[in-house]
Amino acid sequence: MSSPKKVFTKGNEAIAMAAINAGCRYYFGYPITPQNEIPEYMAEHLPATGGEFLQAESEIASINMLIGAAATGVRVMTSSSGPGISLMQEGFSYFAGNELPAVVVNISRQGPGLGGINATQGDYFQSVKGGGHGDYKLIVLAPHTGQELYDLTIKAFELAEKYRILTLILGDAILGQIKEPIVPWIPEKTAGDPDRDWLITGAKGREPRLIKSLFLADGEMEKHCWHLQEKYERIERDDVMLEEVDTADADLIVVAFGSVARIVKSAISQAREAGLKVGLVRPITLFPFPRKRLFELGGRTKHFLVAEMNTGQMVEDVKLSLPGDCQVEFYGRPGGSVPTPEDLYSIVSENCEKLQA
Amino acid sequence: MKQVFKRPESMTSKPFHFCPGCHHGIVHRLVAEALDHFSLREKTIGVASVGCSVFLYDYFAVDVIESPHGRAAAVAAGTKRVLNDRIVFTYQGDGDLAAIGTAEVIHAANRGDNITIIFVNNSIYGMTGGQMAPTTLLGQRSTTSPYGRDCDRDGYPIKMTEMLAELEGPSLVSRVAVNTPGNVKKARKVIRQAFQMQVEGKGFSFVEVLSTCPTNWGMTPQAANDRIAEEMIPYFPLGTLKQKDVVDVL
Repeated sequence: MSSPKKVFTKGNEAIAMAAINAGCRYYFGYPITPQNEIPEYMAEHLPATGGEFLQAESEIASINMLIGAAATGVRVMTSSSGPGISLMQEGFSYFAGNELPAVVVNISRQGPGLGGINATQGDYFQSVKGGGHGDYKLIVLAPHTGQELYDLTIKAFELAEKYRILTLILGDAILGQIKEPIVPWIPEKTAGDPDRDWLITGAKGREPRLIKSLFLADGEMEKHCWHLQEKYERIERDDVMLEEVDTADADLIVVAFGSVARIVKSAISQAREAGLKVGLVRPITLFPFPRKRLFELGGRTKHFLVAEMNTGQMVEDVKLSLPGDCQVEFYGRPGGSVPTPEDLYSIVSENCEKLQA
Repeated sequence: MKQVFKRPESMTSKPFHFCPGCHHGIVHRLVAEALDHFSLREKTIGVASVGCSVFLYDYFAVDVIESPHGRAAAVAAGTKRVLNDRIVFTYQGDGDLAAIGTAEVIHAANRGDNITIIFVNNSIYGMTGGQMAPTTLLGQRSTTSPYGRDCDRDGYPIKMTEMLAELEGPSLVSRVAVNTPGNVKKARKVIRQAFQMQVEGKGFSFVEVLSTCPTNWGMTPQAANDRIAEEMIPYFPLGTLKQKDVVDVL
């Protein structure tokens, strides 16, 4: 914590600022709304750090430049939004197969297709279920405030290096565009270990090294897949993050992530004032998903409501996590429509009434 | 006794897997000789592409990153931006570079990224079993142009060297062949010049090498070699189309 001073900043800029303070020195990206403040901030500020900003010809090029840079061991990042992230999925799969660390930010927009630029959570499946080919996972972080955008960006670089994995920050236009006071800070560690035995630096005085994902010999690829799976299981064991609000005595637990979780917080404090026992589980890591904790909570609380700004994606993971006797309702607003606290309060109170009846 | 010929230090001792009569082995050796010439082995990073040349890492004694299909120039650009005192090269076939990777190579060239690209053009997809490539000649039969490439349907064989030579960014753009001892010597010189451009920081260097694919052309090695002179060179003429000033090291 180098400075307790607050700065008033847009979410996208908070991400970019945090990345530079976390030691990110190379950024490759392609313009797309609503995340353009990230490349713009990087273009302005990276040169002074001795690093480099490069505008690529496409998101396909961006993610592949990221592969080339990540292989050298420096902290690198790109950012985009839905359609651009779709183009990067090829590269995500190679990042997984190659086991390279990097950070990608998705300030998502509506879809399918060209969609629109308002806040939405339609990229949940794309983020946590793959999207690229093959058996793989990314770490997916879902911040819900400006400060959390900053903090989780720093965390994203640490996790990427810890596991040699691509870490995705999933936000939306509310988070990217809203201006909030945040407290910037600088982590102790701002670079990966230069002695890592896989870094591609030129084979000076050592055996040549290889970063690859092609395994043709009998059984080699299966072995690699199980090796990756073992890593994903370690991540699920050690690095789940979630926030709980008023779950201890809750008759109804709302599960929500990202910006909608913030609106849910207003709704449930209104509900508590009205005497309704409502709690919130906010997964901060979407992979690893907090399924163990949900299972525990499902032992006591039997009614859950999943609120998402899509037609129902995370709700599947909630259902898979809970004991079979729990009831799971869904409230969704796709296509850029954002529920108000009042919308959510009335859904929550309707569900509570159903419970009492 | 004086040793006059040996395996380049930049090559491993692993025997090539390439088919008899394929030119990849010759081109690999010329690249390794160029790296040796400037003592670059320990500071070189190769970017392998997708196709028969993916096994680059088995044959070059340098650090290698395997690239997704067509993206080698972007991967190399990323590596070079970080390690700008290292030598970064890609080695790509015609399907990889001139079809799926066209955007990446054009923009790397246009930015003048200080990397070297060895582009092996054998007018066919080799590893996947002989499908039509962007460089397949008119009338040439392949498994996906069984009646011959038809310009009305498939367009014309693409001339990457001529296209890239139009850009401001590159330092060297050249097409060579390795079908005769004389052409091998010329190719050796041009490939060396390409790496020299990078060593001197002059920017993007690109060498297209016309190559055989006897297996997928359905020819003997000798007939395939003859086809280079009879059919390939007339359409893809040899020569250096663009070269920035450089001291002749030969």
